[in-house]
Amino acid sequence: MPASDNPFLTALQLILHMDSDLFAIVSLSLQVSLVAVALAALVGLPLGAALALWRFPGRNGVIIVLNALMGLPPVVAGLCVYLLLSRAGPLGEWGLLFSPTAMVVAQWVLVLPIIASLTRQQVEALHGEYAEQLQSLGLSTARMMPTLLWDARVGLVTVMLAGFGRASAEVGAVMIVGGNIEGVTRVMTTSIVLETSKGNLPLALGLGIILLALVTLINALAHLMGETAKRRLG
Amino acid sequence: MKKTAIITSASLLSLAWGGLALADNDYITLASTTSTENSGLFDAIIPTFTDKTDIDVRVVAVGTGQAFETARRGDADSLLVHDTAGEEQFVAEGYATERLDVMYNDFVIVGPSDDPADIQSSETVSEAMQQIAESESAFASRGDDSGTNRAELRLWEDAGVNPQGEWYRELGSGMGPTLNTAAGMNAYTLTDRATWVSFENPQDLTLLFEGDEALFNQYGSLLISEERHPHLKHDLAAQWHEWLVSEEGQAAIADYEVDGQQLFFPNAE
Repeated sequence: MPASDNPFLTALQLILHMDSDLFAIVSLSLQVSLVAVALAALVGLPLGAALALWRFPGRNGVIIVLNALMGLPPVVAGLCVYLLLSRAGPLGEWGLLFSPTAMVVAQWVLVLPIIASLTRQQVEALHGEYAEQLQSLGLSTARMMPTLLWDARVGLVTVMLAGFGRASAEVGAVMIVGGNIEGVTRVMTTSIVLETSKGNLPLALGLGIILLALVTLINALAHLMGETAKRRLG
Repeated sequence: MKKTAIITSASLLSLAWGGLALADNDYITLASTTSTENSGLFDAIIPTFTDKTDIDVRVVAVGTGQAFETARRGDADSLLVHDTAGEEQFVAEGYATERLDVMYNDFVIVGPSDDPADIQSSETVSEAMQQIAESESAFASRGDDSGTNRAELRLWEDAGVNPQGEWYRELGSGMGPTLNTAAGMNAYTLTDRATWVSFENPQDLTLLFEGDEALFNQYGSLLISEERHPHLKHDLAAQWHEWLVSEEGQAAIADYEVDGQQLFFPNAE
């Protein structure tokens, strides 16, 4: 990898010379975080909507726990997944430790509470607005769920982005369950930690700049999609 | 539109998921130390081994304490660390069946270039450690139960010093982060030579003490017990273990240089 004392120059050089190692690291970062967010959305969106629409005993407790888990330290999530997937752990048979799949699981744990909590908020607000209308159409609560989720979609994109931000920025969990193995489980954040530990600060910061640029790009795409959707809705 | 969105995201997801499936070469997972990884040794010798055997070696580089724990839980096929006493205990506990000397390098003491504790004039490492303690000069300790940390604690014990006080700072970090912090605080620290030579952010730190035999840093390879962990890739791990101590493996280790300096000295018997 090229190196210079100026991190911005280093970042630029890295991008211009995009070698296969860097490409592998960048694409693995994106793959792991996108899959983790998608799987978290699969569970988190319905879970959040259900929490918004149904009243049951202990509901407040569930909401409080989910809110609190939004602040779960990544290293704790990583440790729990490590103990779960380790050969000596309950799912050890699967041999998933130190694989990208293990990293997806760890990030899924981190992202799920964010998506579920924020979805509940969005859907609850929307439900407050439209509850009477939906009831007058004779919709059951279960039928309301997809409708409200669909109507909240612009806001939910932001929710997913918050989840993606958490996933792509964290290092504590993927370091423990992935092991930062070169060419197998090394992602942007673990590379930054590694280069920092080698004292190669410009390269570390250069990688950080690339990561930030990528996240910005994804946010810009999502923003554009949201704007287009809004315009279409009038 | 709703359908399109669902189909698009589903296909994106499967695409990303498919990308996660890896080419299934034979590989072993090696738990080893940050010092060997950070110095670039593995990048230099593993390709030679892979060319010969078609076995990839996936290195998980952690502190020696964590490396032992990883192997003890059955999460690594092979173990290469530098804590002879700990390694022998690991064999005695039945987690490994064989331990072999592979190579050594040495520890050095680095510190601020004006050397407030005057360790450059010390004859022995014990004297150097005593002078740091007496002058209460800032000393950064790994404090992470790594091989280097264990060696450092033994050196204090040999010097008859109980390191305590504001000058003695336990960082709980790997070798690289400890060097970064020591450079920031302008503190003394004990480091393995390999990490020091390849470290790129020394600021005012310089090498102040080296050469005492007590600073010898032996690396050993362990063959993990098949009885304890039958699921591991023992055949492949044995090939790696034997290659390290073979003539070819030893030559590959000796050939690795940074800035014209040999960092590891093979000494398999």
